[in-house]
Amino acid sequence: MRIPCPLCGPRDRREFYYYGSDDYLNRPGEDAPPEAWDDHLHLRDNPAGLTRDLWYHEQGCAAWIELHRNTVTHEILSARLVAERAGAAGANGASTGTSRKKAAAPAKGTKA
Amino acid sequence: MRIAGKGIIDRGQTVGFRFDGRDYTGFDGDTLASALLAGGVRLFGRSFKYHRPRGVVTAGSEEPSALVTVGQGAAQVPNVRATVQEIYANLEARSQNRWPSLSLDVMEVNDLLAPFFSAGFYYKTFMWPRSFWEKLYEPMIRRAAGLGALSGKSNEEVYEKAWAFCDLLVVGSGPAGLIAALAAGRAGASVILAEEDQAMGGRLLAECEEVGGKPGHLWVADVLAELKGLPNVRLMTRTTITGAYDGGTYGALERVGLHVARPPKDLPRECFWRIVAKRAILASGAQERQIAFPMNDRPGVMTAGAVRAYLNRWGVAAGQSVTIFANNDDAHRTARDLAAAGVKVAAVIDVREDAPVAGDWKTYAGAQVVGTSGRLALREITIRTAAGAEEKIATDCLAVSGGWNPTLHLTCHLNGRPTWRDDIAAFVPVPGMVPGLEAVGAANGTMSTAAALAEGLAGAGAALQSLGLKGAKLDLPQAENGGARLQAYWQVPDAKGRAWLDLANDVTTKDVRLAAQEGFRSVEHMKRYTTQGMAPDQGKNSNVAALAVLADATGRGIPETGLTTFRPPYVPVSIAALGAGGQGMGFAPQRFTTSHKAACERGAPMIEAGLWYRPSYFPRPGEATWRQSCDREVALVRNRVGICDVSTLGKIDIQGPDAGRFLDFLYTNTFSTLQPGRVRYGLMLREDGLVMDDGTTARLASDHYLMTTTTAAAGQVMRHLDFVQQAFCPDWKVRAVSVTEQWAQFAIAGPLAHELLNSLLDAPLDDKAFPFLSCGSVRLGGGEARLFRISFSGELGYEIAVPARYGEALYRDLVARAESFGGCAYGMEALNVLRIEKGFITHAEIHGRVTAFDVGLQGMMSQKKDFIGKAASQRPGLLGEAREQLVGLKPLAPEKPIGAGAHLFDPGAAPIRQNDQGYVTSVCWSPTLSTHLGLAFLRNGRARLGQSVRLVDHMRGTDFLCEVTNPVFFDPEGGRARG
Ligand SMILES: [Zn+2]
Repeated sequence: MRIPCPLCGPRDRREFYYYGSDDYLNRPGEDAPPEAWDDHLHLRDNPAGLTRDLWYHEQGCAAWIELHRNTVTHEILSARLVAERAGAAGANGASTGTSRKKAAAPAKGTKA
Repeated sequence: MRIAGKGIIDRGQTVGFRFDGRDYTGFDGDTLASALLAGGVRLFGRSFKYHRPRGVVTAGSEEPSALVTVGQGAAQVPNVRATVQEIYANLEARSQNRWPSLSLDVMEVNDLLAPFFSAGFYYKTFMWPRSFWEKLYEPMIRRAAGLGALSGKSNEEVYEKAWAFCDLLVVGSGPAGLIAALAAGRAGASVILAEEDQAMGGRLLAECEEVGGKPGHLWVADVLAELKGLPNVRLMTRTTITGAYDGGTYGALERVGLHVARPPKDLPRECFWRIVAKRAILASGAQERQIAFPMNDRPGVMTAGAVRAYLNRWGVAAGQSVTIFANNDDAHRTARDLAAAGVKVAAVIDVREDAPVAGDWKTYAGAQVVGTSGRLALREITIRTAAGAEEKIATDCLAVSGGWNPTLHLTCHLNGRPTWRDDIAAFVPVPGMVPGLEAVGAANGTMSTAAALAEGLAGAGAALQSLGLKGAKLDLPQAENGGARLQAYWQVPDAKGRAWLDLANDVTTKDVRLAAQEGFRSVEHMKRYTTQGMAPDQGKNSNVAALAVLADATGRGIPETGLTTFRPPYVPVSIAALGAGGQGMGFAPQRFTTSHKAACERGAPMIEAGLWYRPSYFPRPGEATWRQSCDREVALVRNRVGICDVSTLGKIDIQGPDAGRFLDFLYTNTFSTLQPGRVRYGLMLREDGLVMDDGTTARLASDHYLMTTTTAAAGQVMRHLDFVQQAFCPDWKVRAVSVTEQWAQFAIAGPLAHELLNSLLDAPLDDKAFPFLSCGSVRLGGGEARLFRISFSGELGYEIAVPARYGEALYRDLVARAESFGGCAYGMEALNVLRIEKGFITHAEIHGRVTAFDVGLQGMMSQKKDFIGKAASQRPGLLGEAREQLVGLKPLAPEKPIGAGAHLFDPGAAPIRQNDQGYVTSVCWSPTLSTHLGLAFLRNGRARLGQSVRLVDHMRGTDFLCEVTNPVFFDPEGGRARG
């Protein structure tokens, strides 16, 4: 598998550390209800098909990358820097972060 | 038998080698198979299950039968295909799976018992009693059935792995591959042409046919000469593409030194390549298949194409009186070539009524072979004529062709399924099965040379277009354009006796029919029940035929029956090549501190800490055990001064105007308020509220911090910092980078630490101006160093850091000074005792399941700000009496050693899981307090100080009472460190 690092170009996947779903980017606010934190920390979809997940170019440029890929065909549709994603936290992100679930995110039917 | 004037190998150089202890000679370019056939050898080995005599069947890497062992001692390699192994001076090869000798094999008795060894016999026969399987049945079967054996010794030979990149990878160098490589090479693309054989050319080396108005092999030579002159083309012979993977990555095995007589010691035996190609062309040709007829496994029964290859390429007649059995026109070339070379063609038997009669030999149209005889090699065949009469024909070589299967394996490696083509009775690839890879020529079912050339050229054109390159002019050479007329034919019906499909695993048509009869109708089930296609050749010679027999037995068509899945690797790949560089100490990288050499010189045994190597202790004369050294080192630190290399701790340099704010978000406590020149202990949580790591962070300047992590978590913390920064505060003005390797850092600990330091520094340090938890720049030896007043021992202590290149010199100097002050160097054992006495935690305590509350640091969680892990750390269940909390343990009898991992119970409670109250994480003998000590997690522990608990270690067999104490055993007020 080759991962197109936006900074380094296509590199072998052995150079990357895999984290998990891009749900990890949607950090609930400090005062969010426990259900929101439970969802953020523990509940994940297991899609066969299109997915967005997070990879760290640990043996390269140290960039965190959001990959849009297909778990069935292994096709990689796009890659972008986590730091440059649209609607990234911004100056107020860390301290007053609110849940930023993407509108386009699939409905989590399996989650209670 | 070698035929004078025949063949294209160079006969200038004779090469002597040995097989089963006998001397033979061959020529440069011979394989073991061609040279032994030339020497009259026909019996190469014994079969896997029935120990039947077997000979050479093919002339390529798909060989199922002629497997031998090459080399001796640790370098012995079993199951080498004689058709692939090139001969070299003094090569030693041996046959396999026979005892006492190849021609007299006592296990041949298995063949007589064959009726009992049908499909699934393991499952049926050895089911009961169950306990017999491991002790009796399995060892017995393994001894009787099998191939070659490994030496069992460690192999010291060199293997290599490597990467390569190209625009276009061409797999196979027959006509289609060569012309594709030439077209792409002329157009300026970077091309890798990989050929499994020792020589480029594919079937053009094995056939008598013209390309471009000259003999095929001469056209090959011309193309190769041009390719060699192109700097953008890389020619790789002896290189098998073994797998197709995602993103245009291909695995390849190169036989680098396996054909070299006396290889230099550093020449790799094999190299495993990962080739990344923007586009690929699969020109891997096709493989000829057998027809199943009774006793079709005798040495001398070969594929027709192999008989032609041995004749036309190596000048070897595979027999003195050859018969041919086929269902297609192509096989008749065998008779033509043999006759032209003066070899007797005894008969051509063609299953088709309308078989062509092409020459001066007897042709039986509409006939079949129904039997063979000859104990150790073929002597005679029995045929059934179109009229139904049986005839016997004396022959020592039967060339069989049931048609050709495209070598499409690579196209299936990403889960693609090929499609069936009736006209050639074979599966062919479907475009797009492997993105970026296109099959051309025979690999695509295009069997004539002219059509293969055209397809290769077109494939190169398409690849160049997608690469954005302009094709160069190239005219197609004239070539043979015959159709491959064929009648699908898999097995001779109504004939008595076993008819083999999978020669390598001894699977017959009867086994497949039995599988179908017993309900294993799916091709995947049949495969596993019969072991069809599971031998080293992975069914290359037999899968399609077995499938046809299964389709027949189940009344289905072949496309509906389906094909088993081809998976990588295409040919066997040695583990040594796959794992090149990973043998022994190569398995994991070693990280050494700058003081490593000095520590080794002092006789310190090393202990692994992750990838780092750190000294355990520094033995002195008269010290017989590690404990004596450790106790002395602890005492000297507590009473004099000690030196310890702490460079392995992670160091992260953090700079920028928002650095303080960033650290506030990472740590539970606050760092933005820390004054420059000061150090603070920090606690870091994971987002789920559990402790990730701890360590000190120094503020070197207003926008410059230096964080330290534990040795174990350095990588994890760096990753975490990058994630938090890039995901949650990408526009903050802060950057972090690991500087662990750049700085060497040493602890100076003990009451004389300040005195030692002043003996070293260019200007003495004012104790009052540099109190506990200070940091700053100092000068020594004319250079600059960083000084931190921190302590992991509980004593007055400093850590001094210098650029790594000065580390060794400073360490040697520090240890010499410590010794002159009556102190010493100390290692990990003493470091551990010193920190346990002080109740300092390590990853033995913060092991991923504990909270700040559990380790008693809940006071460090700021209420004034958000930080990673804050919300989750307040979840119910992570706080309160039910939690196991960090405590100290002292045995009531001080001499009783506490074992790490021991469990705690209420006194009087039975030591069973249901009564478990906690467990021990760290233990030591404290020379300072003259007692064994333990750190432990105990349910509601902080409320139980002064009480007794029962400590039970089932593994070490200990059971005694301990007092629950504050985890800080020594100097709880911390006055010693503050000075
Ligand atoms: Zn990168």
